[in-house]
Amino acid sequence: MKIIILGAGQVGGSLAENLASEANDITVVDKDLSRLRELQDRLDIRTVHGPASYPSTLREAGADDADMLIAVTNSDEVNMVACQVAQTLFKTPTKISRVRAGSYLNKKALFSPDAFPVDVLISPEQTVTQYISRLIDNPGALQVLEFSDGLVRLVGIKAVTGGPLVGQELAYLRQHLPHVDTRVAAIYRKNRALIPQGDTVIEEGDEIFFIAASKHIRNVMSELQPRDKPYKRILIAGGGNIGFHLAQQLEDRYHVKLIERNHERCVELSETLNRAIVLQGNAADKDLLQEENIEDTDVFCAVTNDDEANIMASLLAKRLGVRKVMTLINNPNYVDLIHGGEIDIAISPQQTTIGSLLTHIRRGDIVNVHSLRRGAAEAIEAIAHGDQRSSKVIGRRLDEITLPEGTTIGAIVRGGEVLIAHDHLRIQADDHVILFIVNRRHISDVEKLFQVGLTFF
Amino acid sequence: MRMAVIFRVLGTLLMLFSITMLPPIAVSLLYDDGHVRPFLAGFAIILVLGVVCWFPTRRIHKELRTRDGFFITVLIWTVLCLAGAIPLFLSEQPSLPLADAVFEAVSGLTTTGATVMTGIDELPQSILWYRQQLQWLGGMGIIVLAVAVLPMLGIGGMQLYRAEAPGPVKDNKLKPRITETAKALWYIYLGLTVLCTLAYWGAGMTPFDAIGHAFSTVSTGGFSTHDASLGYFNSPAIDLITILFMLAGAVGFALHFMALRQRNPRIYFRDPEFNFYLTVIGAISLITITILIATRQYDVPNAILNGVFEVVSIATSTGYMKADFSLWPLFLPFLLFVVSFMGGCVGSTAGGMKVMRVLLIYKQGMREVRRLIHPNAVVPVKLGQRLVPDRVLEAVWGFFSIYMFMFVVLLLILLATGLDQITAWSAVAACINNLGPGLGEVTSHFGNLSDTAKWVLSFAMLLGRLEVFTVLILLTPEFWRR
Repeated sequence: MKIIILGAGQVGGSLAENLASEANDITVVDKDLSRLRELQDRLDIRTVHGPASYPSTLREAGADDADMLIAVTNSDEVNMVACQVAQTLFKTPTKISRVRAGSYLNKKALFSPDAFPVDVLISPEQTVTQYISRLIDNPGALQVLEFSDGLVRLVGIKAVTGGPLVGQELAYLRQHLPHVDTRVAAIYRKNRALIPQGDTVIEEGDEIFFIAASKHIRNVMSELQPRDKPYKRILIAGGGNIGFHLAQQLEDRYHVKLIERNHERCVELSETLNRAIVLQGNAADKDLLQEENIEDTDVFCAVTNDDEANIMASLLAKRLGVRKVMTLINNPNYVDLIHGGEIDIAISPQQTTIGSLLTHIRRGDIVNVHSLRRGAAEAIEAIAHGDQRSSKVIGRRLDEITLPEGTTIGAIVRGGEVLIAHDHLRIQADDHVILFIVNRRHISDVEKLFQVGLTFF
Repeated sequence: MRMAVIFRVLGTLLMLFSITMLPPIAVSLLYDDGHVRPFLAGFAIILVLGVVCWFPTRRIHKELRTRDGFFITVLIWTVLCLAGAIPLFLSEQPSLPLADAVFEAVSGLTTTGATVMTGIDELPQSILWYRQQLQWLGGMGIIVLAVAVLPMLGIGGMQLYRAEAPGPVKDNKLKPRITETAKALWYIYLGLTVLCTLAYWGAGMTPFDAIGHAFSTVSTGGFSTHDASLGYFNSPAIDLITILFMLAGAVGFALHFMALRQRNPRIYFRDPEFNFYLTVIGAISLITITILIATRQYDVPNAILNGVFEVVSIATSTGYMKADFSLWPLFLPFLLFVVSFMGGCVGSTAGGMKVMRVLLIYKQGMREVRRLIHPNAVVPVKLGQRLVPDRVLEAVWGFFSIYMFMFVVLLLILLATGLDQITAWSAVAACINNLGPGLGEVTSHFGNLSDTAKWVLSFAMLLGRLEVFTVLILLTPEFWRR
């Protein structure tokens, strides 16, 4: 596929990196020559220097025969105009744009084919807000990803001593929870993936990814960790877009406090939020945190736009006795450094954004992609189309399908019903199949598996 | 330095190069010239060497860094030049000493076209073919070829590509993927060669000569299968074809690519480098023709034909001979040699310092003039509509000074070996610019030089082909420091 990426920032860069290794022709456009040179040194891509929305730049980047345009520059306006230019002058089939400003996002009519022709809108702030609120709803989870409109969830969790299953073989799970159906998709031990078998023994510190119907998630989690009390008190540091939306989503169910440094913004926030308490001050101020009973707070969420401030405030809060800290970290190098240490959960906006972008790039009918473990692994939801003759999966039992190495089918959703994968299950047409792929190199094989053969047409 | 990866790449390339021994074997069998043995031996030796380098390291996959790229490129060119000398060294007719065989191979692969051989007409066909083929392989660059056919080089390919590709601006890919870019370049190259072959054939060459000369014309190499070079054919049609395809080889291949893709020949004339190149060639041709007519060397039609032919041949760094220009008034050969320093366009098969650099230096000079006239003026250097970053200009100046410095150093070494001034000067210019023939003692061949001079000139050719810096940075202690 020929893809033009506008913007060589963090999202654009990681996207190019993710896609270049998968037989896509990538051209990255940016105004910053040194960023482009750095990317070109590392990746097998073409770069074009110039203003991203200018027709001349787009033409030079090959918009004439591009299949997709992904506009992720820093400016909403440039992104939107670039999509318009691509549509009007080059008839680019798919246009994806990142738009941050709520003022634009609120007006859905703006993004219709006769206004700004954006096929897919990406809003990192919204994605990240949802991601964090899911984590808060599932105490103890490292990652919670939804499939089929929330029917099925994939949860990443760290095994902790005290969970009944820790130190036991996986098969024990079935005996212990006879009414709950779940499937362990992957286990990471010391950052290396194990393919789970019935006799795999779970050790403390293992990172486990399992798939289950949403209502069973808590039961399974309590097998792997001592049951975590549901969260009650939440402290959010940073009243920007993410902090505000997060507070808005959570304020009805939790006790939410929001710390913001800027006085005017505080006034604005306090007017819009109903139950959340808005505090003016510095999130890394020890006295303020103690004043607000940080030691009794369940979750501390640092979501300012400054990585270093987030990290320092989180470390301080942890030291002062908060139960869990979640920290928003933009710089990918910091994420690896921080995750799993003092800070319980490091949230990388690029990773969450890229997952939602990948959904539109994958071939075959793939409705959901989540990028995991810094892009090394992926969880996808694919729809099986065709019939027995044209499809490589329909009508076959799961144990008859040859999956690429390190790939597991976790669950199937058939007409609103969740079926956890077992060998005797047969895939039917229009099933949603949820797969976990440990090594991203095999993605294209999985895509091929779900592509319909020629007889379909 | 990642020696294991470097050896893996080197091994693979050697194995690839060993295949190029097969066509001469086929030619030898076809013409029954009894010269299969040196090529078979060459094939076996190079293949075994390749396997020895590749086999122990074949499973090691690491990314190449920019630094490794420079080292590999120089290493590969050196090793392949030596490997290319094997069949020449082993053959009995001509029986060449080591220095001569290496000189001939380097001259072939760097598309210089300087030869140590005499009596070329009597050589076996397989050897003749092999010389032409060396030039053709070297023209577009062996590494670019390797990148095109071996996907395994992957990202590392870009590092190599950049170390090998000529010109000041090297990040310009034709297509998003390096393999596709390299393929596109080779398709154009192959296409030009086929066209050129057909044209020669149609103009009356034998198929063998047609292919052989197409190889060395499009690659702007300059080897011929005859002692008299292009003068042997004595046909104006062939001369015109040669002029056309030498120019085609000396024009940037990116430009060919754009013109082909948009099916619009006007693209050529929008390119500032191309226009400048044509202007310079046109002006020099005019001067040459005027002087040839004024000094009554030839009648008017011959003066035009010979003048233009030699100007294009030297300016594109091909070095075909049609008329013996060393007999012309000394001003003309001197002028032509100065033009050869400019060479061809960026991203072409031609040698020299490249038109783009000369153009930028000229524009930089004009900028200073304008600044003196308008002390407060902000004067950017532009190419077409595009601003040239100062960083690029600095690099061009750096290149220019090092090029000149190396030229003087090599010249002094040659003078020290006892050559006269004109011979030494023209020999170094001919080699560092990848031109071919010189003046004085080296007008038709370099066979009479001492071994030391041949080694020095072989180095000069490599230096010119890899654009000086790639070789020189290997000689700095800083490069080897961890």
